[in-house]
Amino acid sequence: MSDPVHEALDHRDPEGARVGMWLFLLTEMLLFGGLFLLYAVYRGRYPHEFASAGKELSHVFGIANTFVLLTSSLSVACCLTALQKGQKRLCMTLLAVTALLAVTFLVNKWLEWGAKIHHGLYPGGPGLIGRPPGEVLFFGLYYSTTGLHGLHVLAGLIVLVVVLGLVAVDRVTPDDHVLLENAGLYWHLVDVVWIFILPLFYLTV
Amino acid sequence: MHIVEYRTLIVVWLVLVGLTAVLVAASFVSPALAVLAMLFITPTKAGLVLYIFMHLKYEAPLFKIMVLVALATLVIFIGMTFLDVAFR
Amino acid sequence: MSQHEPAGADARSYLDRQGAGGLWSWIGSVDHKRIGVLYLTLMVTMFWVAVTIGILMRIEQWTAGPTIMQPATYNGLFTVHGVIMIFMFVVPGLPAVFGNFFLPILIGAGDVSFPRVNLASWWFFVTGALLAVLSLFTGSGAPDTGWTFYAPYSLRTGTNVSLAVFAAFVLGMSSILTGINFITTVHRLRAPGMTWHRMPLFVWALYATGWIQVIATPIIGITLLLVIAERFFGIGVFDPAKGGDPLLYQHLFWIYSHPAVYVMIVPAMGAITEIIPTFARRTIFGYKAIAYSSLAIAAFGSIVWAHHMFTSGMGEAANLVFSLFTFIVAVPSAIKVFNWTATLYRGSIELAPPMLYALTFIFLFSLGGLTGVMQGALALNVHLHDTYFIVGHFHYVMFGGTGFAFFAALLYWFPKMFGRMYCRATAVVAWVPLFVGFNLFYFSMLVLGLMGMPRRYFDHLPQFHTGHSVATVGAFVLVLGLAIFFGNLVKALFRGERAPADPWGGRTLEWTLSSPPPVENFAAIPTITGGPYAYNPGRKA
Repeated sequence: MSDPVHEALDHRDPEGARVGMWLFLLTEMLLFGGLFLLYAVYRGRYPHEFASAGKELSHVFGIANTFVLLTSSLSVACCLTALQKGQKRLCMTLLAVTALLAVTFLVNKWLEWGAKIHHGLYPGGPGLIGRPPGEVLFFGLYYSTTGLHGLHVLAGLIVLVVVLGLVAVDRVTPDDHVLLENAGLYWHLVDVVWIFILPLFYLTV
Repeated sequence: MHIVEYRTLIVVWLVLVGLTAVLVAASFVSPALAVLAMLFITPTKAGLVLYIFMHLKYEAPLFKIMVLVALATLVIFIGMTFLDVAFR
Repeated sequence: MSQHEPAGADARSYLDRQGAGGLWSWIGSVDHKRIGVLYLTLMVTMFWVAVTIGILMRIEQWTAGPTIMQPATYNGLFTVHGVIMIFMFVVPGLPAVFGNFFLPILIGAGDVSFPRVNLASWWFFVTGALLAVLSLFTGSGAPDTGWTFYAPYSLRTGTNVSLAVFAAFVLGMSSILTGINFITTVHRLRAPGMTWHRMPLFVWALYATGWIQVIATPIIGITLLLVIAERFFGIGVFDPAKGGDPLLYQHLFWIYSHPAVYVMIVPAMGAITEIIPTFARRTIFGYKAIAYSSLAIAAFGSIVWAHHMFTSGMGEAANLVFSLFTFIVAVPSAIKVFNWTATLYRGSIELAPPMLYALTFIFLFSLGGLTGVMQGALALNVHLHDTYFIVGHFHYVMFGGTGFAFFAALLYWFPKMFGRMYCRATAVVAWVPLFVGFNLFYFSMLVLGLMGMPRRYFDHLPQFHTGHSVATVGAFVLVLGLAIFFGNLVKALFRGERAPADPWGGRTLEWTLSSPPPVENFAAIPTITGGPYAYNPGRKA
């Protein structure tokens, strides 16, 4: 910050920065891990209710959003390759594409949740009153998990936009690209979590 | 610094999309097949993202150990919780 | 003053005025030493707040029936006492203060890997502390759930649980960031020649602690978020009325909170491991055993959580397995105790104040640990659970253990941190009421618990009256000791003699620096050629 000594100490250690980022990602995995623990227990306890409630989720939204996230993972991975090869324009385009895909995901999520809430399928909502406990829990977990995941998408979107700006002003360059790398890592993790969410919630038959 | 070629990335993406298609298809065939597909395909997909997209393959062993420790711990947490809920 | 001036004695100390000076040069500083002092200031403040609350509870127990408060107030007080002491004193205690200040120095680095993240971590800590304090005075009353926030009561109570829970979540983020920083620093910033087996054992302890913080804290994070979601939206996952299972709350809570007690104790053990060889003038006995036992505690400590739930109605399989692991986890702790004792054997022991407190730690921690092992036995646990025995045991471990280690570490490193020496005689004088008061207070609790006094009751039956009176007297003696102890240090801060670079004859790297250390720690990053405790050359560590 204002202190020159510590500015100098804040030397570049890209591998160290990646170690730190990976550790942070591990905490994210465990954060969602707690939800998956609850899911596992309740699915074991209420298998039929989980199956019948799962049928009410929209396959189309789930599968479409999977496709969106997988593709955004590809584009963000490519933009690191682009920057490493010195293709700054391509890198920025791909970052913008990734950010757009993130927005697409959020819009889909918004529509999906909107439809559910419209039918009264939310905690304490009219659509869930009188349902067996297993189904209520399914929707409770569905909203908690996809909601937390959605917040991460939003955070990732902000990170992507910031990094896009940093690439534009050459703060992130082919020689010093750890920020882009770490932003990409974060975005991939959001994808990894969704890879688990899809079969657990949307494809439970 | 390792550069992963575009071609590799695109191939991985194609595999991921393909695996998703299999997963979805299996879930329409029978519940047993759906669970089986979930148990095998989902970790494979996540592994591909971690290993190639996230460059874990090209990182020092420390990174792989860290991820392994965290995931193993999570599995132990879930497994040991079932010591209670499965035998209550 | 020492005969040979240490390197960098003429360099600017980190305490000297920097930049424009003023408050901002502290609360905006990314210097790990300043951040350590920031933590120390805030934590000691919160410690005294919680001590005051504790004393109010003891006064309440002075007579049967309401003495100075009503039951609801008492419920609020023990909750807040627990939340503050746990999340704002013992969890961050040693790592945030001494870890921040000394970890980089001990491995020959200029700072931690992510200095700005380190500052952010302190700010999270401040935010969490403020929210916690705010939760007492806003909304409809202080949270009354106990620091464990057990469901379903925490979902139903009308008190201000949501804010308190969110405060704990923010404090958890602070803890995670510190852990990430320490692990990365140990991996990336060790000085040339500082191999893993040449690291001081405090660093090993911090490293193991960092892993617990990273792996376990997110679980409490999601649990607390779910409690909030449950209170606002009624998602049902912990609510039996909706088919949820409140025992799962307990599982998730203890998956973090049991490892968290090792976050509290492992760095304390690490600090003790630094102090013992210095004042026994002897290389630590069993370096590797101590180093790896820290990791073993981290690993085994993560799989014993359900021993807090033996009477909650778990399945028998879980009871048996968790009981077994509980006995096993005592082994690495015992390894440390044996190695400390073996280090003392045939050493030239100097009973300087830090050593006195360190030895007290070993005694009190052993009592705490052994009363803990007792509770690992299922049959006995049924009798002891939710009695004062638990409270007594917990305070022996956390106060007698972590608390006394904190005092020992403070006495050991105070001259280095602030460049001033406190009055040694006063530090010894303070020890007497601390030790006597402590044992009067908490041993009475152990006895009361065995007699059947339940915890968290604001009242007591006549047969417990004597025990409660002794405990209250002990509490006052203890607070007297605390006042002398901290008064001594505050006085030294302003009027203490200048401390030499190495007042204790320590051998680790921090003693090669001037007191207080220069801003940049080392003028040039040192090259390490040997182990950390080179007292008896010719002997292998």
